[in-house]
Amino acid sequence: MSKPRVKVPKSAKAGDVITIKTLISHKMESGVRKDKEGNIIPRKIINKFTCEFNGAPVFTCDLDPAISANPFFEFNAKVNESGTFKFSWVDDDGTVYTDEKKIEVS
Amino acid sequence: MKRQLTITAAAFAAVTLASASSLVADPVDEKLSIDGKDMVTKTKAPEGHPFDEVLSGWLFRTTETRALEADSFNNPGMLGVEAGEAMWNKVEGSAGKSCASCHGDAAESMKGVGASYPKWDEKTKRPINIELQINRCREDNMGAEPLEFDKGGQKELTAYIKHQSLGIPVKIDLSQGEMQKWWDQGKEMYYTRTGQLNMSCATCHEDNMGKMIRADHLSQGQINGFPTYRLKQGNLISVHNRFRGCIRDTRAEYPKAFSDELMALETYVTWRGTGLSVETPAVRQ
Repeated sequence: MSKPRVKVPKSAKAGDVITIKTLISHKMESGVRKDKEGNIIPRKIINKFTCEFNGAPVFTCDLDPAISANPFFEFNAKVNESGTFKFSWVDDDGTVYTDEKKIEVS
Repeated sequence: MKRQLTITAAAFAAVTLASASSLVADPVDEKLSIDGKDMVTKTKAPEGHPFDEVLSGWLFRTTETRALEADSFNNPGMLGVEAGEAMWNKVEGSAGKSCASCHGDAAESMKGVGASYPKWDEKTKRPINIELQINRCREDNMGAEPLEFDKGGQKELTAYIKHQSLGIPVKIDLSQGEMQKWWDQGKEMYYTRTGQLNMSCATCHEDNMGKMIRADHLSQGQINGFPTYRLKQGNLISVHNRFRGCIRDTRAEYPKAFSDELMALETYVTWRGTGLSVETPAVRQ
């Protein structure tokens, strides 16, 4: 049960550098832990995160098993025009979680 | 030879003294505002309180930990609150009801609730806290099983309910029923030394408040932010879990959650934080 959360300002002035925060609830099972019977718990992590603005890439990164549960990213972006930020998180099982946020630039 | 020893001893004493004074670390003098909403983290103590001022544990934490609590998006405890919201709306039990079926919007119906518990419970003739009130509702109104201590979303639902009182100053009513008697009992417990280390709650949180105990900055031990997100455990921690942990650390046998002892202690310790804003879910070390 992973749920993305994103915080983007609703409006900004052209040329402003805005701060974007994202958080997804995910257990980030590393794949090296064992259960009570000694069997390895299969790896299940978010392995890729991307953010794009009006189709252009803003920020992207690969995630590895050492990253703790509920990965949080904070980054900046310069906005020159109104548009939509699209965010996506790729799970090991192939699921892609997505979210969108609009921003008015004046 | 003897003379030399004395000198060494004196030098050692001087060093100890110097390091002891550097171990005093005052709480910060800053204001907490969560998403722009001002919190009371410092206020005049109620009559009969051992301190002049009541201080929130937030003032004793590091800059980074304080910042986590000031923005609800950054606060990891809010994930628990969200899970609690899902529970609030989840239908359970034979009556086919959820919390929301009777109480509706928690933002309206639960506002202030978290600041006024524990309350007197006429039915069981003892104080009742949020966790036990949830169980009462589950059994009497929902026809559902009561939640076991710290299980089944108890911490999350409690955090969600208390979060609706964010910013509201804690004030419990000791005039109800026999609340005063339980307060007295809680006070006695607070000052009674227990365990192999022979420590009481007051040893750390009153006598040595503001000092460092190894790497830990001792606060007043207020509970206005519970269930609180502890970075150490990476999870929401309930107040009875924390009470038990503290008592265990004095190497004493610790009472069961929701026992008479801990309900009396919760009543007394809640009173000690009178006037502080509810900060649930607070972020602590």
